[in-house]
Amino acid sequence: MTVDGASYTDDVEPRMLLVHYLRERLGKTGTVVGCDTSNCGACTVHLDGRSVKSCNVLAVQVDGGEVTTIEGLSQGGELHPMQAAFHECHALQCGFCTPGMIMQAIDVLNDNPKPTEEQIREGLEGNLCRCTGYHNIVRAVQAASGQTAVPAAIEESA
Amino acid sequence: MIPAQFEYVAPTTLEDALQALADAGDDAKIIAGGQSLLPVLRMRLNAPDVVIDLGRIESLRGVRDDGDAIVVGAMTRHADVLTDPLVRENAFVITKAVEVLADPQVRHRGTFGGALAHADPAGDLGAPALALDAEFVVAGPRGTRTVAAEDFFVDLFTTALEENEILTEVRIPKRAGWGAHYEKFVRVAHQWPIVAVAAAVKVDGGTIREARVGLTNMGSTPLRARAVEQALVGQPATDEAVRAAAASAAEGTDPPSDLNGDADYRRHLATVLTRRAVLAAAGA
Repeated sequence: MTVDGASYTDDVEPRMLLVHYLRERLGKTGTVVGCDTSNCGACTVHLDGRSVKSCNVLAVQVDGGEVTTIEGLSQGGELHPMQAAFHECHALQCGFCTPGMIMQAIDVLNDNPKPTEEQIREGLEGNLCRCTGYHNIVRAVQAASGQTAVPAAIEESA
Repeated sequence: MIPAQFEYVAPTTLEDALQALADAGDDAKIIAGGQSLLPVLRMRLNAPDVVIDLGRIESLRGVRDDGDAIVVGAMTRHADVLTDPLVRENAFVITKAVEVLADPQVRHRGTFGGALAHADPAGDLGAPALALDAEFVVAGPRGTRTVAAEDFFVDLFTTALEENEILTEVRIPKRAGWGAHYEKFVRVAHQWPIVAVAAAVKVDGGTIREARVGLTNMGSTPLRARAVEQALVGQPATDEAVRAAAASAAEGTDPPSDLNGDADYRRHLATVLTRRAVLAAAGA
């Protein structure tokens, strides 16, 4: 499979979950295991361009597929605009849900570049923040979609 | 949590999948999108010897027009059903149900046929499929057979599928121009419905000419609210008339009691949600 632009070939046990392959074989620990019951969305990555919960996909199912993780977003040392928006809007408290929130937020804007606040909240329905910091997360997505006053740092990186 | 060990087979044709199923004996599981199966395997509620992945069989994907019906391939992902124009035009209540099914990530992976074959009574697709008189096309060692929705859902997590059979597609009779709504009641985000109601109605000049109402999580299988359907026909699409018809929504149901509510509470919910669903479907 291709992960963050690099190709990998491995033999794995059929029961190995994609999230464990990413973390334990490839060392991509930016993708985290949150609930382990497919509820929380902390492990969200993009598979062939769409967001999925990587704890709910077998690595063998991704044979030949293309995965993007949180570690593959920044280009040339520049944060992805969504990462920059989360940073500027302080869209995190403990930070554990952040990788999954950012990956899902990018998916939301891929489907709908100018979502309403309600559409953002619906789009992030599968991602839980146990700190309950949703308000700033929604603000960050609004900022990244260019719908609110964007701090200068975001405009520069976007 | 990590599943128990299993052998994994990923056939690329339906014939190979049926053969793999026959070869695997009586302890094989089919994986479609895996959004229900993988949590079950991880919690070790089930530990099959063989898992057969239908994900590489292209012929099981997609929606096509077949005259008086649309045909949804069993491996069509929820996200693709949601945006499909044929489904929207001819089976709008399916679109409305998929819109609120689980969450976006699950809709990207989960499949139409997988969810129906899983037959969770709280699953969102059973009631709309039943209400629209969908037909389930099933392939097995002796060929293909078609099962009516009424006969497909047998009990909790149990369908008419035999151990050596695979659901390949679902035929849904076209109902273009019908209004539809899926009213789902949950307490928290991306929860299974406590109760949900699928309603499709044909309204002409403010009068309900035909009505189809399906209930989610009001028994061990999806159910039709036939008393409501009959009471609606010929009625004006008004709050008063729909409220009166919806009063019989719980007739003949056997809802569960659990931490989300007891059976009486669900019976009450069914009447309220039916009224809302029918009114929304009728555009009233």
